Amino acid sequence: MKVIELHKSVTASNDADAEALRKEMKEKGTLLINLMSSPGSGKTTLLSRTIRDLSSELKIAVLEADIESAVDAERIEALGARAIQVHTDGMCHMDAGMTRTGLEAMGLEQIDLAFLENIGNLICPAEYDTGAGRNVMILSVPEGDDKPLKYPLMFQESDALVITKTDTLEYFDFDVELCKKRARNLNPDIRIFTVSAKTGEGMNDWETWLKEETSAWKQK
Amino acid sequence: MHEMGIVMHLAKTLDELAEEQHITKIGSVTLQVGEVSGIMTELFTDAWDYFKGRHPVLAESELKLETTPAVTYCEACQKTYETVKYGRTCPHCGSGETYLLTGNECIIKEIEAETEDQEEGEAVVTV
Repeated sequence: MKVIELHKSVTASNDADAEALRKEMKEKGTLLINLMSSPGSGKTTLLSRTIRDLSSELKIAVLEADIESAVDAERIEALGARAIQVHTDGMCHMDAGMTRTGLEAMGLEQIDLAFLENIGNLICPAEYDTGAGRNVMILSVPEGDDKPLKYPLMFQESDALVITKTDTLEYFDFDVELCKKRARNLNPDIRIFTVSAKTGEGMNDWETWLKEETSAWKQK
Repeated sequence: MHEMGIVMHLAKTLDELAEEQHITKIGSVTLQVGEVSGIMTELFTDAWDYFKGRHPVLAESELKLETTPAVTYCEACQKTYETVKYGRTCPHCGSGETYLLTGNECIIKEIEAETEDQEEGEAVVTV
């Protein structure tokens, strides 16, 4: 037997699948956004409001991978978006292969923007490249401003951070500026939005960013 | 089932490598596992023993796990320290503004393998 030195990530096969999927999505002109968060962070409410606000301008689809089925596919479809539920069979994350299967089953014809709602978990999803064009993390005010210290990888892997439920700020000891500072220490380029999907505060900045990213993705 | 997912990807990565390098049999796989990667080694080995049977090239292989130490960096005093011993509070200055530098990784270090065109003796190939 000979010894072969590799120094390769255990998930190297996934990384290659993810890169191939990203390239195909670029050719199709569909921006896939991987949404990661804890359970109960307000993904459903944020997505519902985002779809309602943007569905006249963009064709939106949602790949729902949360085991607990946080977003009802019918509810999303009623808002004017295409939706599909993906079963991960107990797996704590989505990988590129599962994402591809879900996207193919849903169909992406004429879709501008697709959201992958990843499993509600701040650890495992950050370790697997899904093939998404952008990674977005959602952190709600009740979870606390110390999350960047506890789950650094999630913040390092995300292109944007959406701090949700800002309408509850007066009830929690959540320091927005400190949280932003902690996130930027880990990832200086991260875009940060503070929103309340309930009152609509801050939604405009988040939606403007989505529109800009979607049109940039279509450029060659 | 974090371990199961990792093992499935590991097996797939090795299958692909075997094809590329004309490997007929893998004798051992050495992984470097971070001290705080959250990987439970017993569960990992069990999952490996189950999945390797589904991959002919891996069927007789042995899994070797090496632990890499966890090191945390302190933002406040810019020093590093042992994560497992001190947790999230810096032992140098008491600050809680700290984050993990290493110890969260899981890397395939090396494998022992037989290839179709293998000649006598041991060889080290770097890929």
